[in-house]
Amino acid sequence: MSIDLQTVKKIASLSRISVTDAEAEAMVPELNNILGWVEQLGEVDVTGVEPMTAVIPNQQRLRDDVVTDGDVRDKVLANAPQAEHGFFAVPKVIE
Amino acid sequence: MTDLTDLTVADIRDGFRAGDFSAREVAEAFNANVAAAKALNAFIVETPEKALDAADAADKAKAAGETLGQLAGVPIGMKDLFCTQGVQTTAASHMLEGFVPTYESTVSGKLWAAGAGMLGKLNLDQFAMGSSNETSYYGNVISPWRRGGGDNAALAPGGSSGGSSSAIAARLCPAATGTDTGGSIRQPAAFTGISGIKPTYGRCSRWGIVAFASSLDQAGPMARTVRDNAILLEVMSGFDPKDSTSLDLPVPQWEANLSSDLKGKKVGIPKEYRPEGLDPEISALWDRGIEWLRDAGAEVVDVSLPHTQYALPTYYIIAPAEASSNLARYDGVRYGQRDLPDGAGLQDMYAATRAAGFGPEVKRRIMIGTYVLSAGFYDAYYTQAQKVRALIARDFELAFEKCDLLLTPTAPSASFALGEKQADPLAMYLNDVFTVPASLAGLPAMAVPGGLDSAGLPIGLQIIGKALDEQTVLNASLALEERAGFTARPDKWW
Repeated sequence: MSIDLQTVKKIASLSRISVTDAEAEAMVPELNNILGWVEQLGEVDVTGVEPMTAVIPNQQRLRDDVVTDGDVRDKVLANAPQAEHGFFAVPKVIE
Repeated sequence: MTDLTDLTVADIRDGFRAGDFSAREVAEAFNANVAAAKALNAFIVETPEKALDAADAADKAKAAGETLGQLAGVPIGMKDLFCTQGVQTTAASHMLEGFVPTYESTVSGKLWAAGAGMLGKLNLDQFAMGSSNETSYYGNVISPWRRGGGDNAALAPGGSSGGSSSAIAARLCPAATGTDTGGSIRQPAAFTGISGIKPTYGRCSRWGIVAFASSLDQAGPMARTVRDNAILLEVMSGFDPKDSTSLDLPVPQWEANLSSDLKGKKVGIPKEYRPEGLDPEISALWDRGIEWLRDAGAEVVDVSLPHTQYALPTYYIIAPAEASSNLARYDGVRYGQRDLPDGAGLQDMYAATRAAGFGPEVKRRIMIGTYVLSAGFYDAYYTQAQKVRALIARDFELAFEKCDLLLTPTAPSASFALGEKQADPLAMYLNDVFTVPASLAGLPAMAVPGGLDSAGLPIGLQIIGKALDEQTVLNASLALEERAGFTARPDKWW
């Protein structure tokens, strides 16, 4: 399957990356090349194969349900582009 | 007197302890080399004062007769993907320009605790996405190597750990950290004539490393010798409760157990790594490598990894998928850049911030990842890739029933000129054809230099081992290192 300009714009929107029309048009052949190449995986017989999520067998650990950190508000906010009154500040969300 | 910057990590550690030189003398020598090598663009931030502070602490501890850390007196470079408290950490992106972590990554913290000093933060491909170090927002890293015959074309140091490889080959640091998602330690090591090991997935904590593809990312050392890699890896490894995929296992004494005697070991030669059209010089080096391991006492057997050809396309679904999820955090709210056009709402701010903050390759991968995870395509792409990944891992399991380790080339070519492969993302991706399979299977793998090609550029060999068997990987690499006798170094032009 190949993707068109509309699809590229939709992917960009889902990715929250703004693109100009010219950028989106340039991406159509680029992304199609890559997707066309990865589609060769479709020819592999995977009957009965479970999708792999963890490469090295490992047990999920549980820890005691206790507070292990906190009281670091200023550190958390230290790199925020805009912090006010101890909060992250963003543009108005509700019109 | 020996130039201190020609010494290995082991030489520096031992010479410092023996009183042959002070830690400060070592740090000053490397600081001077770093300051004089701007043309390589290997560092994003230089931290000579950090190197001197650690050196002074080591000298003081030694004078006071205190117990010295394993890396006391050794300055190193830190890939700018590791969060370092109080020192800008960018992942070579505009997005994180000015980001100064308020915490230290586990791996870098372990290195500092062992007495190592930081020479600076090393350049890399943006968010570790690239194989030539041409995607950094802070400019290309240049390899110290040049082709012979007066050809002064700027060559790629490999990627993504290209700052690390360039700096080590140019004697700006004796060792450095790298990270490897699909070959980002091994391919740059091969391009610059140094060594580097990606340990078993889970050996090194990922906590505090800027995430790219979490099921693949592993930290590892890069240095000029196998022994130096063993020394650093011991310090970098170990269980960390802050990383849910960290392995709760003791760290073996890899350095103490180094041995290049391979009697009783079987080396598998996977036929799929010799595709038609493989560079004859790479192929010839591989044949020499086989003889070297045989000379070290190993038995050589042919093995097959039938799904090898599917490893790269599998990787280029799984890695972008995970990246699209991991990089969702860059939203212009909590850290990093914010781009807020006039009158923009929250959604517009996200989109503008990410458009301005990410480079083209990062955007490309986020969008591929978003597409393969989107409704209607998830099973055809992502689930299928996860299943093929299982088959690739099973190929290795079956091969390891017949042998103890695998020998392959590290990269399909020597270094290429900057700009040569940038126009075609697919051509660039093919650089990782020999390194990606071990990444998908989470296996330890190491690159060691094997010699120079006819243009005078380094080419390398790769050892892949069983999960958790870094010792055999290091030992076989040592056997190669001893027989290759690789002493070539780039002529200083910078």
